[in-house]
Amino acid sequence: MANNFARILSSKRNVGIMSLVGAGSLTAAFLLNREHVTAGAQVRRVYPASAEYPDLRKHNNCMASHLTPAIYAKLVDKATPNGYTLDQAIQTGVDNPGHPFIKTVGMVAGDEESYEVFADLLDPVIKERHNGYDPQIMTHPTDLDSSKLKSGKFDERFVLSSRVRTGRSIRGLSLPPACTRAERREVEKVVVDALAGLKGDLAGTYYSLTHMTDQEQQQLIDDHFLFDKPVSPLLTCSGMARDWPDARGIWHNNTKTFLIWINEEDHTRVISMEKGGNMKRVFDRFCTGLKEVERLIQEKGWEFMWNERLGYILTCPSNLGTGLRAGVHVNLPKLSKDPRFTKILDNLRLQKRGTGGVDTAAVGSTFDISNLDRLGQSEVQLVQTVVDGVNYLIDCEKKLEKGQDIKIPPPVRK
Amino acid sequence: MEKINDKMAKLTIKRLSPEEEFPDLSQHNNHMAKVLTQDMYTKLRDRATPNGFTIDGVIQTGIDNPGHPFIMTVGCVAGDEETYEVFKELLDPIIEDRHGGYKPTDKHKTDLNPDNLKGGDDLDPNYVISSRVRTGRSIRGFCLPPHCSRGERRGVEKMSVEALDSLSGDLKGKYYALKNMTDAEQQQLIDDHFLFDKPVSPLLLASGMARDWPDGRGIWHNDTKTFLVWVNEEDHLRVISMQKGGNMKEVFNRFCTGLTKIETLFKDKGTSFMWNEHLGYVLTCPSNLGTGLRAGVHVKIPNMSKHDKFEEVLKRLRLQKRGTGGVDTAAVGGTFDISNADRLGFSEVELVQMVVDGVKLLVEMEKKLEKGQSIDDLMPAQK
Repeated sequence: MANNFARILSSKRNVGIMSLVGAGSLTAAFLLNREHVTAGAQVRRVYPASAEYPDLRKHNNCMASHLTPAIYAKLVDKATPNGYTLDQAIQTGVDNPGHPFIKTVGMVAGDEESYEVFADLLDPVIKERHNGYDPQIMTHPTDLDSSKLKSGKFDERFVLSSRVRTGRSIRGLSLPPACTRAERREVEKVVVDALAGLKGDLAGTYYSLTHMTDQEQQQLIDDHFLFDKPVSPLLTCSGMARDWPDARGIWHNNTKTFLIWINEEDHTRVISMEKGGNMKRVFDRFCTGLKEVERLIQEKGWEFMWNERLGYILTCPSNLGTGLRAGVHVNLPKLSKDPRFTKILDNLRLQKRGTGGVDTAAVGSTFDISNLDRLGQSEVQLVQTVVDGVNYLIDCEKKLEKGQDIKIPPPVRK
Repeated sequence: MEKINDKMAKLTIKRLSPEEEFPDLSQHNNHMAKVLTQDMYTKLRDRATPNGFTIDGVIQTGIDNPGHPFIMTVGCVAGDEETYEVFKELLDPIIEDRHGGYKPTDKHKTDLNPDNLKGGDDLDPNYVISSRVRTGRSIRGFCLPPHCSRGERRGVEKMSVEALDSLSGDLKGKYYALKNMTDAEQQQLIDDHFLFDKPVSPLLLASGMARDWPDGRGIWHNDTKTFLVWVNEEDHLRVISMQKGGNMKEVFNRFCTGLTKIETLFKDKGTSFMWNEHLGYVLTCPSNLGTGLRAGVHVKIPNMSKHDKFEEVLKRLRLQKRGTGGVDTAAVGGTFDISNADRLGFSEVELVQMVVDGVKLLVEMEKKLEKGQSIDDLMPAQK
């Protein structure tokens, strides 16, 4: 992180005090300093930390599990160089005590530096969420060489569609919970400029949410590409929906197999998808596309947020590392009714969701099956996990079709 | 101001230009969007209140909520008392537009002497179902709900509950903290129509006032259930006096007595309500400045409300109508919530007088229409 901080350390601080007189009262307003200060700058504090500590007794999320009064007291007076504070980072977890089905993370990052400045809280949260990954001693492998993927073509009698998604953040600009309007617009500009340089089967068009025509909007809805202003309080409480729909948009290639969301929950969400079971091709395009976009932004002097401790940096700590979710919509009528289904998924390091995505229920017997892990395993490793796992599930389904018995597989590593 | 914290001056904001930061208000229709120009934004962006509240904090709700289908919303909030000074270039024109031409040099009169109200004890209970007066108060020295920290909000709660606990006589009552109430208490408060819930309106949520819900929030009411105080909802305190029937005078008496007692209790503790002679009582939303007072009745006027002069009559009487569910609801079966339209530039007594006189007239008109008679000779002059 040293490079990062060096670029934004302030050289000098100028403070001006302005007196405003009106209707008989005198108020001193402050002229804001326009330069960044070092991490750890003092913030407004009227009460001691103990009086500010949130009431988390009814809470069940990772932040609440790890935010002790001592850690709170240590971090509450700190701010990142962009002025982002602990109270802002944890606001979503304070406002959302718990999700009925899953233990939510309960905090976000406002910028890349959050993961450093608030490491005393974020490291244990990351460790809990990512199955024991310890950011203080481990390193995360990044591998976008899709040629390493073995046997990534599924039986299309079962697999209806294949998809890989991740996110990328533009280094030097604050993340959605904290970014200003101008920063968000800059993210849009940087990414859209880069995407305009994509060629061949990656060539495409950008649709800004503020400017799209009714027709374009309808087409995007029909393609299931359109994202809308978030309604989940998990997201809105973090501040990421401010100024909607300013600087938000959707880009996709002409063949509609490579799609990018701009300024939704992250700077960018990158999605490669196709009908059918050719996960190999989906992953090939995913890696090629990502590398091309990276090359194009680097030409202009930008880069993605990444470090070897945490991999790719995204807004939610749950998406660190690869930020990757590779999944299929797969029809498993017999297996899904088998009582061993959940255990099989667990051992394969897979999770099931409904076909509407997170927090939805499956319709009929078609499930969204994807990798559980994000951090500590490379992209290639995680997609391989999905490939191997889904093949195993299909195998089970075929066995059950023939009246044969199935086995719970041994846990795949970890 | 004692609370000046020089460390707030070290707050940084982004290195990008004010032109790049200026919000897109092309689809917007609220007071803030009408007034905010690039030049004004550029100038105001360089300031912060001593508590660190900035122009972006003031206007966020107006950016996130382009317009309301029925009413022209204000589109901005105050984070602290100083907001109204530090950002006066924006707020003065908004106040002028919202409050009927109230100028930056005008003085607001406060009058909480219920003896100055004439009549008001005889509104016909066959038509007037209930009477209510509400206002808000902010405690000086604490940031307002959009900007307050948890510690400050809890401080407001603690101080308010201490003051309310020392009320006596027919004002004696009890505090129910939202996060500690039992199921039985909760149900009773719902049945009494006293319980307020976490706001769902994006107008409110976007300002940040619902953070940390339900920490520091609660409801206090007297034993006779005629005097009710909300703590830390949209304002530090919302104070409500109400009862069934048409005796607005009694409602207003209790209102003034209760408020005056509470204010005395705060003064004993070395603080006071936010107030100045230009803006009167200072509240979170600029629409509630001055008296912050809404005096109203639920009144049955099925004939009058269908009359084509209804709106005109209300306008001349300086009254507004709402549904019986409150703001943004529709009337049910000819029963309307009728209240004063003004908040600032008139005293409490003057506003309640307008409601008392106006509702009396509306009931007279209703009775005439019931008998099939004309109301032309009852048409009021513009107040």
